[in-house]
Amino acid sequence: MTKEYKTINQISGPLIFVEKTEPVGYNELVNITLPDGTTKRGQVLDTSNEIVVVQVFEGTGGLNKECGVRFTGETIKLPVSKDLLGRILSGAGEPLDGGPRIVPEDRIDITGAAINPYARLPPKDFIQTGISTIDGMNTLVRGQKLPIFSGSGLPHNEIALQIARQARVRGSNEPFAVVFAAMGITNEESQYFMRDFERTGALERAVVFLNLADDPAVERLITPRLALTAAEYLAYEHDMHVLVILTDITNYCEALRQMGAAREEVPGRRGYPGYMYTDLASLYERAGVIKGRKGSVTQFSILSMPGDDITHPIPDLSGYITEGQIVISRELHRKGIYPPVNVLPSLSRLMNSGIGATRTREDHKAVSDQLYAAYAEGKDLRGLVAIVGKDALSDRDRKFLEFADMFEDRFVRQGEDENRDIETTLSIGWDLLAELPETQLTRIDNKYIDKYHPAHKAEKKE
Amino acid sequence: MKNKGEIYRISGPVVIISGLNTKMYDVVKVGTEGLMGEVIGIEGDKSTVQVYEETSGLKPGEPVENTGMSLSVELGPGLLESIYDGIQRPLPVLKDSMGDFIKRGVSANGLSREKEWDFVPMVKKGDKVNGGDIIGTVQETQNIEQRILVPPNVSGTISDIKKGKFKVDAVICTLDNGKELMMMQKWPVRKPRPVAKKMTPNTPLITGQRILDGLFPVAKGGTAAIPGPFGSGKTVTQQQLAKWSDTEIVVYIGCGERGNEMADVLHEFPEIKDPKTGRPLMERTVLIANTSNMPVAAREASVYTGITIAEYYRDMGYDVSLMADSTSRWAEAMREISSRLEEMPGEEGYPAYLAARLSEFYERAGKVKALCGKEGSITVIGAVSPPGGDFSEPITQNTLRIVKVFWALDAKLAQRRHFPSINWLNSYSLYTKALGPWYDEHVSPDWVKLRNDSMELLQKESELQEIVQLVGSDALPEDQQLTLEIARMIREYFLQQNAYHEVDTFCPMDKQYKLLKAITSWGDKAQSALEGGAEIAEIMKSSTKDDLAKVKYEVEFDKALGVILKNMDEEFARLRGK
Repeated sequence: MTKEYKTINQISGPLIFVEKTEPVGYNELVNITLPDGTTKRGQVLDTSNEIVVVQVFEGTGGLNKECGVRFTGETIKLPVSKDLLGRILSGAGEPLDGGPRIVPEDRIDITGAAINPYARLPPKDFIQTGISTIDGMNTLVRGQKLPIFSGSGLPHNEIALQIARQARVRGSNEPFAVVFAAMGITNEESQYFMRDFERTGALERAVVFLNLADDPAVERLITPRLALTAAEYLAYEHDMHVLVILTDITNYCEALRQMGAAREEVPGRRGYPGYMYTDLASLYERAGVIKGRKGSVTQFSILSMPGDDITHPIPDLSGYITEGQIVISRELHRKGIYPPVNVLPSLSRLMNSGIGATRTREDHKAVSDQLYAAYAEGKDLRGLVAIVGKDALSDRDRKFLEFADMFEDRFVRQGEDENRDIETTLSIGWDLLAELPETQLTRIDNKYIDKYHPAHKAEKKE
Repeated sequence: MKNKGEIYRISGPVVIISGLNTKMYDVVKVGTEGLMGEVIGIEGDKSTVQVYEETSGLKPGEPVENTGMSLSVELGPGLLESIYDGIQRPLPVLKDSMGDFIKRGVSANGLSREKEWDFVPMVKKGDKVNGGDIIGTVQETQNIEQRILVPPNVSGTISDIKKGKFKVDAVICTLDNGKELMMMQKWPVRKPRPVAKKMTPNTPLITGQRILDGLFPVAKGGTAAIPGPFGSGKTVTQQQLAKWSDTEIVVYIGCGERGNEMADVLHEFPEIKDPKTGRPLMERTVLIANTSNMPVAAREASVYTGITIAEYYRDMGYDVSLMADSTSRWAEAMREISSRLEEMPGEEGYPAYLAARLSEFYERAGKVKALCGKEGSITVIGAVSPPGGDFSEPITQNTLRIVKVFWALDAKLAQRRHFPSINWLNSYSLYTKALGPWYDEHVSPDWVKLRNDSMELLQKESELQEIVQLVGSDALPEDQQLTLEIARMIREYFLQQNAYHEVDTFCPMDKQYKLLKAITSWGDKAQSALEGGAEIAEIMKSSTKDDLAKVKYEVEFDKALGVILKNMDEEFARLRGK
């Protein structure tokens, strides 16, 4: 039994300061017993011979100087076993579904060590999500981390769920699982997710961690780490392909800022701590594929941009770590287009290694580049039309203007349950490009135009 | 001198120790696991240490030992083809000893102690040698010969020199003053290696990237910065430079970047062939990978480790290029440690010494006369990741005060898939003048004029675009419509380059010249046809114009271009005839 200290000297926000302890390890897990017998958990943030600073996960409400503090001598660990699948746990890892505690096969440190870059395999397996704007133009691959940059009031949850339902590696029947971690989302949102998981039977192969809006903010700092630890366990010990959905990263960062302020740290941009990049990296970088192991961890996080501002520190730092981003547009949403993905600022950095002749189709990259260029031009022309009117445009420009409208209506727009395979997506792309003069298709090699352009295809049939 | 102390306090990567005699930048072994750390502050009997490994579980009272050495790298045969973390631990060795994940408390030598190298002496008994002199050579990879140097601070007369196969730590040479030399030497990373003389750069670094070589060249021994918001193509540009730059040695530092990206580099480089030698690029490359989730203090050290290795090859008389991706992550590592030390912050929380550190680093670039008498150079190309893409932030601004070349990446260009998305209006190179004579001699006497005319045209285009935004392009006079078209051709046919296309990924100087020349000559012909009374609509329908769009992808470029030029003459002759 470890020694209990009753030497709390100061309580400040989520932190307690404990005096006169034996040497205590950095990052150690701490158990705190309140006078009424309830217990809370915490973690050591700063340790020295004189004073130990502990952050309390469940908040410091009800704590006083009489509380007993026990240092467990080990860092925070998640009990894991294959029985995690189908379970709903709290943001601190306690069962919420009324089921028994997990009987652990192993207990794993939740901080997670960095994958040796030399042990990584470059991700390249194409994941078909059934959404044209993603598959066609911002392709997701196994082992990638690709967040959705959204804003309040936009349908990012619907899109995340659609992806969780439809995402498949084609022609593969390998076992896969979903790990879902909610950080500070409302009860209503979480119910929406849970209902959908139950409706589609996805819950059986899912692990859910719920930290809701009224749960302690500090707990949000460990929720994603628990989730990623569970994901790594399923991926690397049980050969599963795991899709991790973290929502909402913004709430996580708010909790990080709150902790930084409580510790009176020197703040960085907009009050967020200077180490936020490193901290976020310690979450995002836990995606990948490892040489010689069958499973993989793919991350699809949701991040709501405060004020739709992509230069805000949270989306900004995330964008520098993740392998691209899917940007949701308020403008498209207002036009009634679902999924309102604005392809122009969206990007998948790993797209080039996941597409092409052997993975999707040989013309994929060319079609995608051409769609990008044409849509960008069409959108610019909208600005011009607002000033000079449609009549002042040349024929060529008018074609591009119309292209932009058709692109949004036919390529971007699709149903919430519409699962388009990649061939369908590309052929919609070609149909749209066929509306442009053929000489304008400068991004596409002539051999692909001959083979896939609807006009040439029709000729061949005749 | 007391060289045992104990841990007093732990806060993240910063550990305060007591009771140990230390000097600034001494390397210490912290805790029972002996984690590597470096002294960065001393107060009373306490020293502040930044620890290069994860500190979870460390306890006050654990022992600390001082090695008395500064953070150093091992220099010698075996550096090439290596993949190191920020403190020169080989990643493959770490993988063998601790598995797929990086755990802590493992030390590993930068150079293998097992491998034997064939040493060929170049001096003999009785020769007098000074620091930096070459005493012999080792064939390190098929095309790179490593020259074994006398350490800079050593000199004497040779009393014994060996020949044959040796390990890096075997004595191969003895001096009359008893000093024994090995193939391996150590050098503290924070201290620049001495040179005989610094020189002015006057040859361009040929990168095979049209917008860089053509419009904004960097000289060998020069410095360049690539700032850009995320997704604008910094990393792709850096990797293209690492692949195709015509230097003998490439040092690539992945500083605080993505693991998957590094994995991609690690898989790709051994497979790509050097266009000059036909050997794998990896044979001339040293990679340093400290990804964003590896310890932050090692990230801070990684750029110093990289530049010291670069200096070592420069001292042998090689041209070295060093890519640091990204210097912002390095600066952030400084900020993070500074904030743990509770130092008074400067702008945006960065330490007040940020500007000094950046300029010290870039000053280690340059073309030099090495101590051995040969000429060598280090070209430093640093990526910058400005928050929110805002170039007014401290790192971009402090970097621009030092570097001579600025390649401004532009998110708008990236969004329309114009790659490389380097903005031709905001970028600049201060080397264009100094490099002029080189181009006259090696490319063509009219190259400089061709480039200046093209730049002028692009500048004019941006002015005209402002009018087009208001009235539409059809309202412009015909000659200005033509100007817009020629500028578009320069942008799309010349500046755009596909890094993933097997032919287009690398474009030699000669091809760049011919391509730009062909585009401008189409422009000149069109201009004179227009003056001769031809219809603008007819000119725009020119089929050779469309042919020029794709000629850069042709394997047999010269032949294809020849056909186009011939057709072009005929086409314009017809137009004039009408």
